[in-house]
Amino acid sequence: MTISIQPTNNPPEKLQPKGWLKYFSFSLDHKVIGLQYLVCGFLFYLIGGVLAGAIRIELTSPLSDFMPREVYNQVLTLHGTIMIFLWIVPVVNGAFGNYLIPFYVGARDMAFPRLNAVAFWLIPPAGLMLITSYFINGAAQSGWTAYPPLSITTPAAGQIIWILSVLLLGGSSIFGGINFIATILKLRRPGLKLMQLPMYCWAMLGTSILVVLSTPVLAGTLILLSFDIVAHTGFFNPSLGGNVVVYQHLFWFYSHPAVYIMVLPAFGLVSEILPVHSRKPLFGYTTMVFSIMGIVVLGLVVWAHHMFTSGTPPWMRLFFTIATAFIAVPTGIKFFNWVATLWGGKISLNAAMLFSCGFIVNFVLGGITGVALAQVPFDVHVHDTYFVVAHFHYIVYGGSVFVIFSSIYHWFPKFTGRMLNENLGRFHFIITFIGFNLCFAPQHWLGLNGMPRRVAEYDPQFQLVNQISSVGALIMALSTLPFLWNIFQSFFYGIKAGNNPWHALTPEWLTTSPPPVENWEGEAPLVLEPYGYGKKEPIEIIKTEEE
Amino acid sequence: MTSIAPKEQSSEKEVQTEEHEDLRLFGLIAFLIADGMTFAGFFAAYLTFKAVNPLMPDAIYELELALPTLNTILLLASSFTFHRAGKFLESNKAKDCQKWLLITGGLGVAFLISQMVEYFTLPFGLTDNLFASTFYALTGFHGLHVTLGSIMIMIIWWQTRVPSGRVTNQNKFPFEAAELYWHFVDGIWVVLFIILYLL
Repeated sequence: MTISIQPTNNPPEKLQPKGWLKYFSFSLDHKVIGLQYLVCGFLFYLIGGVLAGAIRIELTSPLSDFMPREVYNQVLTLHGTIMIFLWIVPVVNGAFGNYLIPFYVGARDMAFPRLNAVAFWLIPPAGLMLITSYFINGAAQSGWTAYPPLSITTPAAGQIIWILSVLLLGGSSIFGGINFIATILKLRRPGLKLMQLPMYCWAMLGTSILVVLSTPVLAGTLILLSFDIVAHTGFFNPSLGGNVVVYQHLFWFYSHPAVYIMVLPAFGLVSEILPVHSRKPLFGYTTMVFSIMGIVVLGLVVWAHHMFTSGTPPWMRLFFTIATAFIAVPTGIKFFNWVATLWGGKISLNAAMLFSCGFIVNFVLGGITGVALAQVPFDVHVHDTYFVVAHFHYIVYGGSVFVIFSSIYHWFPKFTGRMLNENLGRFHFIITFIGFNLCFAPQHWLGLNGMPRRVAEYDPQFQLVNQISSVGALIMALSTLPFLWNIFQSFFYGIKAGNNPWHALTPEWLTTSPPPVENWEGEAPLVLEPYGYGKKEPIEIIKTEEE
Repeated sequence: MTSIAPKEQSSEKEVQTEEHEDLRLFGLIAFLIADGMTFAGFFAAYLTFKAVNPLMPDAIYELELALPTLNTILLLASSFTFHRAGKFLESNKAKDCQKWLLITGGLGVAFLISQMVEYFTLPFGLTDNLFASTFYALTGFHGLHVTLGSIMIMIIWWQTRVPSGRVTNQNKFPFEAAELYWHFVDGIWVVLFIILYLL
């Protein structure tokens, strides 16, 4: 194999639209693509939020009186699919990954700019397809897991559109993952070692490995499922001799790592934000790296803990319980590292910091219920109840979404050159935190008392607690308003941010806000100590001229 | 081996571009790992079905060994001929390179025809039973890969023509990519042959 040197061959300047139009174009600039991911994801978040609102309105009364049961099933399927595949996965990976990773490795763009743009532009059509399926023949009704035989017996059109949409999104995810691996491993600036990279790079490397290894399995499974629906084969259809448990194994082989695909990048982002706003180095860099890689390895071998009630044999239950309990170790290491980073720091309680701290609190609560759920005797009791709903919303909302908001407060000055309003941001945090906990904490109780998930009707004894939960959901919905106003207001009239409003040391702050197309004027800076805060002498940033 | 050297700026372009190592093969390998995982999922499903699900009483699922063995030989031979074509490309013998590429493509097409013959002579159809479905899904997905590979080989064959072809010893990435992909498809077939026919 010979290595030929080739330029990044961008299309001629004339073909690239200028100004705001570039955000609607097939732009190859990683910063544009990152913001495309972010804004597109946020729009889907609003749609998914409206669907969540519809679910909570339905659940204020024990009978299904707000919408028919079939529509309720469609709404909860769309809510889950949109929030996972169109909001959290694209935003924590695609948006911040594309924007930040080239800065962190000292490159001017991702390794494969065209593939990058393709990966983004697969998302809007997939999302629109998913949403319009509701208006054509009814959307899929089998939840985001699409378990057969339910997914085979419900109306076929919606389910097939759902499968196609998830296949497109999976393809987008794989292309993105390949790009991140190549960029982090191969595009590092000369002189920058792997162990000097900011933590988000490690998180994205681990996540991308999971994406590349597990997403194709989901794609293959969904292709088989579509055969079952369209061609009436019997892979997962027991009446034709098929096996539904095989679907569950293959599905969770992707979808358990998907939890880490949603939350590992969030770990990375928090590890960037905490040191900046507490003016201390990130505690335990090396242990952080090893715990990320530990989570990657263990994350691939714990999938059957979602299937303890699927007739799993005892040895399998034992193995997956132990493996899942092991994951608590690297996760715990990360948690204590964050706390130790804050310990004795010069903490500024701005919106970014508050949301990150909110993440730590919510995540440890969700993590504790996660360890509880890994224990077979307990899991058999609460399986498919609202306890599980509460648990994973603490992870994906209390965890990932809090980090997304934190990151928006942290990097908005870099994206736009203007600061967000801190008081509005703090207000946004307080009502989000109250609304979120009011909405989901009571659901632990509901689940422990046996309220099943995914059902539009419930026993009247649960009404009061469900109504409390719905009030929490209403507060969460309202909490979006100050955020949107803040973004709108600050985008046009915010205080000018300057290059480095947080006095951060990571490389994206060593350029103008917003950065130029080529990221830096002249050579890329060599940042060997991205977390060198709290030292007496100012950190030396080496800018070497190359021959 | 990453080297970052600012290119001399032309008068029209304000954007600074840079050169870096060719990562296309690296990206292709990552993609093939992902593709291989799709097959791994299919194999895992098939092996689990085999271990757990009994064949229904009246179901017919019998495979002949003759044609698939011929298919294995065809594909393995095509890997060698592709490699040989690569050697001729390196020594700038385009005519020989094209000849061996044509043989490779021919072997690929022969594989597909032989696979079709097998499909039409088998005593079961796609929806007859679980194992029939899995058999057609696995061989079909692999056949799709062979079809794409054969098309790639034909494109490479056309592009290695002298003097106006674009694939030469100086620009051999398309050739290398197609070759790597072809070896991958070949390797998958060997695993598939063992799991589906021999086990």
